[in-house]
Amino acid sequence: MIMLQINNLHATINGKEILKGINLTVRDGEVHAIMGLNGAGKSTLSNVIVGHPAYEVTQGSITFNGKDLLKMAPEERAHEGIFLSFQQPVEIPGVSMVNFMRAALNAKRQYLGQEPMSAGDFLKLMREKRKIVELDSRLTSRSVNEGFSGGEKKRNEIFQMAMLEPTFSILDETDSGLDVDALRIVAEGFNKLRTPKTSAIVITHYQRLLDYLKPDIIHVLIGGMIVKTGGPELALEIENRGFDWIKDEAGL
Amino acid sequence: MEEKNGFVREVAEKKYEYGFTTDVQTDVIEKGLSEDVVRLISQKKGEPDWLLAFRLQAFRYWQTLSAPTWGHLRMPEIDYQDISYYAAPTSPDPSKGKGEIDPELMKTFDKLGIPLEERLALSGTAVDAVMDSVSVKTTFREKLKEKGIIFCSISEAVKEHPELVREYLGSVVPYKDNFFAALNSAVFSDGSFVYIPKGVRCPMELSTYFRINARGTGQFERTLIVCDDDAYVSYLEGCTAPMRDENQLHAAIVEIVVKENAEVKYSTVQNWYPGDAEGKGGVLNLVTKRGHLRGRNSRLSWTQVETGSAITWKYPSCVLSGEGSQAEFYSVAVTNNYQQADTGTKMIHIGKNTKSTIISKGISAGKSQNAYRGLVKVARTADNARNYSSCDSLLLGSKCGAHTFPYMDVHNDTAVVEHEATTSKISEDQLFYCNQRGINTEEAVSLIVNGYAKEVINKLPMEFAVEAQKLLGVSLEGSVG
Repeated sequence: MIMLQINNLHATINGKEILKGINLTVRDGEVHAIMGLNGAGKSTLSNVIVGHPAYEVTQGSITFNGKDLLKMAPEERAHEGIFLSFQQPVEIPGVSMVNFMRAALNAKRQYLGQEPMSAGDFLKLMREKRKIVELDSRLTSRSVNEGFSGGEKKRNEIFQMAMLEPTFSILDETDSGLDVDALRIVAEGFNKLRTPKTSAIVITHYQRLLDYLKPDIIHVLIGGMIVKTGGPELALEIENRGFDWIKDEAGL
Repeated sequence: MEEKNGFVREVAEKKYEYGFTTDVQTDVIEKGLSEDVVRLISQKKGEPDWLLAFRLQAFRYWQTLSAPTWGHLRMPEIDYQDISYYAAPTSPDPSKGKGEIDPELMKTFDKLGIPLEERLALSGTAVDAVMDSVSVKTTFREKLKEKGIIFCSISEAVKEHPELVREYLGSVVPYKDNFFAALNSAVFSDGSFVYIPKGVRCPMELSTYFRINARGTGQFERTLIVCDDDAYVSYLEGCTAPMRDENQLHAAIVEIVVKENAEVKYSTVQNWYPGDAEGKGGVLNLVTKRGHLRGRNSRLSWTQVETGSAITWKYPSCVLSGEGSQAEFYSVAVTNNYQQADTGTKMIHIGKNTKSTIISKGISAGKSQNAYRGLVKVARTADNARNYSSCDSLLLGSKCGAHTFPYMDVHNDTAVVEHEATTSKISEDQLFYCNQRGINTEEAVSLIVNGYAKEVINKLPMEFAVEAQKLLGVSLEGSVG
């Protein structure tokens, strides 16, 4: 089944065109990696999928499980099962992780026509999911991301993913700023959450994360377009040879 | 886009739930202010000569004053001759004695969530309900009387306990204190009177609910709380008014006397009509509140959640005379649309080893202006006085303003006075982060604002805290995006 279908997507920020005709199909259970140099449009693509208001879609379409994603507010896209692990998770002082996650989870349950989760069940769920990324309970009792180290913030993103159980996740440079151990914990956490019904896009510069996540398909994004698509071997080749040969091949 | 505007309009319109009017017969005296009017008010209330003399003295002094202009406020010109100074809902059937309440009034307070029948009351709360110029009903009076506690309207207290009222009225806020205090002293109509005798811990929350109803009238209530040695009371104050396109004047005085080892907690949730989204109408809330910590080791805390009024001008203050006395001021002031607030506190340290804490949280949205103004004064006599002040401002949007005016006046070398201030803004990134997790913008703002204000909210009695939390969310609906 096709989960995410992007056709001829063009998008601008502050009037400047960043995405220039993206075509992408993600099926149930697939993990796609998107690689490319800085400024190629990787983060723009993920922001457009989740509906960041700073970006304007000027052409093209995105459907998610057959529904027109571009007509939905960001929170509706979240309720439909889309999750973004932010490259730079923001701090929200004064809002505890518990209240934040509870508001998020219950908003989704309401959207799906379910009753709010009881406080007891909710705290139990928090305890269970925390273990997946070995997140200290001392962190979940703090304000959202406040005083978290870079690595802790990334772990917290995967913890939130575990709590909300999205069907489609985007990992935007989740590996940046992580040491070897933290990278392993985050990647293993992600793998534990994988099912044949869940899919993901992984944005990264490095092979290291892909060694753990074993993506099915690799795309290379240059100048706002996907210029090459291949199997896992493509990532290894980029690791060895860089991007120039792909540019040459594409005539850029 | 149209849909979005529709939504914004919808929340803007439903924002003020208490804007209805009550259709009751009201005895309103003619507009205007003169010695004759002061005499008429006193006569209508059947007051003793000493009180009339007090009013007249205040009135004559008020005539020599002009309205203060130092607030960070754009104050509309108030025509004091265009206001009626006394409005009393009257029973349609004059044969009915006291204690019989017009069913319309009962309904009004029911609608406001303040049932006046004791069997329906909030658990553990006694209520004095004040509509326009008079107290409508005070619940649980008999039960409180068993403990020697006096809780009634100030008009009744003048008749039944004149010696107490005479001793304390004007002893904390003298009529010469300021323009609005002089005005109130001349024309005050009703309000609550509380006396907690020595060694008594008041078994229930006492609360006064103020409601402005009549058009073209001002409300000038007067509250007097006396907490004798080793006694304790927690007092709550709530206020609402109908939506009217004219400004309504509210100039109140609250006086609190705290004796040796006694403790008073005074909480306010102020939700007067704030005016419409264009800044038309709304209550002008010009209030003098002060507590005198007279006894050794006395304690007083002011907690306020201010979300209403077109203009708020109030500085609940503490005079710490008693050795070792402790005072606290916890405040959340929210302004939206064209609301203006200039609020804060004064802590006057006179006794030795006195201690005060100020926690102020301002939240500004829309095109509103929100100022904290506070004075910490340490007299020469106040050895080892301590003050800690923390003033935070949170901005929603870029068209609102937050201002902090801390004044310190320290005359004793052993005193330690600390002041901290921060200003922060809810960022687009924070809101989008919440949105991506499935939390819509209104709810995200409510989460962030409540998180920001929780230090103050936690100080409120339980039922009030829940109410205040909802109110914070509602007051800011439609303020972002």
